[in-house]
Amino acid sequence: MSNSSKDLDHLIELMAKLPGLGPRSARRAVLHMVKKRALLMTPLADVLAEVAVTVRECLNCGNIGTADTCDICQNPKRENGEICVIEEVSDLWAMERSHMFKGRYHVLGGTLSALDAIGPDELRIPRLLRRVRDENVTEVILALNATIDGQTTAHYIADQLGDVRVSTLAQGVPIGGELDYLDDGTITAALRARKTL
Amino acid sequence: MIEWRDEGVLLAVRKHGEAAVIVEVFTEHHGKHAGVVRGGAGRKQAPMLQPGGQFEVVWKARLEEHMGAFTVEPLRSRAAQVMADPLALAGLTSVVGLLSFALPEREVHGALYSASINLLDLICVTEAWPLAYLHWEMQLLEDLGFGLDLSCCAVSGATEDLAYVSPKSGRAVAAHHAGRWKTQLLPLVPCMIGQSVADNGEIAAGLRTTGHFLEKWLAPSLGDRALPSARKRLVERLFRAGRLDQRPSGEANHE
Repeated sequence: MSNSSKDLDHLIELMAKLPGLGPRSARRAVLHMVKKRALLMTPLADVLAEVAVTVRECLNCGNIGTADTCDICQNPKRENGEICVIEEVSDLWAMERSHMFKGRYHVLGGTLSALDAIGPDELRIPRLLRRVRDENVTEVILALNATIDGQTTAHYIADQLGDVRVSTLAQGVPIGGELDYLDDGTITAALRARKTL
Repeated sequence: MIEWRDEGVLLAVRKHGEAAVIVEVFTEHHGKHAGVVRGGAGRKQAPMLQPGGQFEVVWKARLEEHMGAFTVEPLRSRAAQVMADPLALAGLTSVVGLLSFALPEREVHGALYSASINLLDLICVTEAWPLAYLHWEMQLLEDLGFGLDLSCCAVSGATEDLAYVSPKSGRAVAAHHAGRWKTQLLPLVPCMIGQSVADNGEIAAGLRTTGHFLEKWLAPSLGDRALPSARKRLVERLFRAGRLDQRPSGEANHE
């Protein structure tokens, strides 16, 4: 790189490590911030510095927030009887975008993987089992990815949960999907989950 | 540029950067082979790149020793057929897990490939696959140089009344020659040598025997890595499903 300052080069290098950015787009982002120093760069630097200190995982559900207990766990309007189990925080955000689920969440932090030697103890499965026992949970919704590892994890958790009602998300044709473009696995799942009109 | 085309089963997928994945494919004519799939982590390709699926693959690299890149065309997806059935899912993950764990890179195993395809197909269509799985584990051991010699008694050479397997030599031992070592020998059940229709207890005993050799012979030869936990989960699930009457003792904890 041949920018005018080592600090700027370093900033571009760091920005280029962010997902979705490469060296070229990082340079554009840095130039944009330099041009909007007061409006963007300084507030961004302040917030980054603050969040870097305060961000942490929720001790209860594994979501991320700036307190020991996240906003969702603290929210008294959330229903207590249902826990939605997801793999990652990004899945929690996707669920929240739908505004459909009003219960609590539990972020596993991954899936069981024989290949990568990830067992139940590497995930937050023991903590989930404790929550189900302690929080009078009546239903656990396993919103795990429709992958081999995701479903292996789902079946494992279902076995551990015992008498609690366990449900999973439906699998099949996405909204706006055209059959011609679907893989045969999705069509198989959709046919198996067909419903009467 | 080196290029070949083959058919294979996907064993493993690992993310490589933001958009690509490194896949491990067990092919018919090129053995277990790894390569990069560009765009494999994207919306279009990620759903089809599930372990157990069958693909037509084209591998390209500038030099033979390079990792190279795959382009893949799905032939058969098995994930959707087993996802709802925990036992079948455990069977499929155990098969691909053991293949990924045990097969050397780029070494052709044609017979094992055919047996693996047959077993994976069986898992997808019928519940009567645990016996086939037991035979597949025996063939896996055989193909990798740890085959059991169950043709005659290691002590007397007799071919009748074979009831045990020596944990040290992997050879059969007749019941009346087991003597005081009986408790230290592994069970040799008739279904392992095709002499009877297997019942649940027999398959349990057979898995105990193959599990011993996978753990004590195969794993140490691969740097003493632990067997994939998927196998242990399969064995546990088989018991829970009521398929097997007894838990094979001596199953090590691989988690």
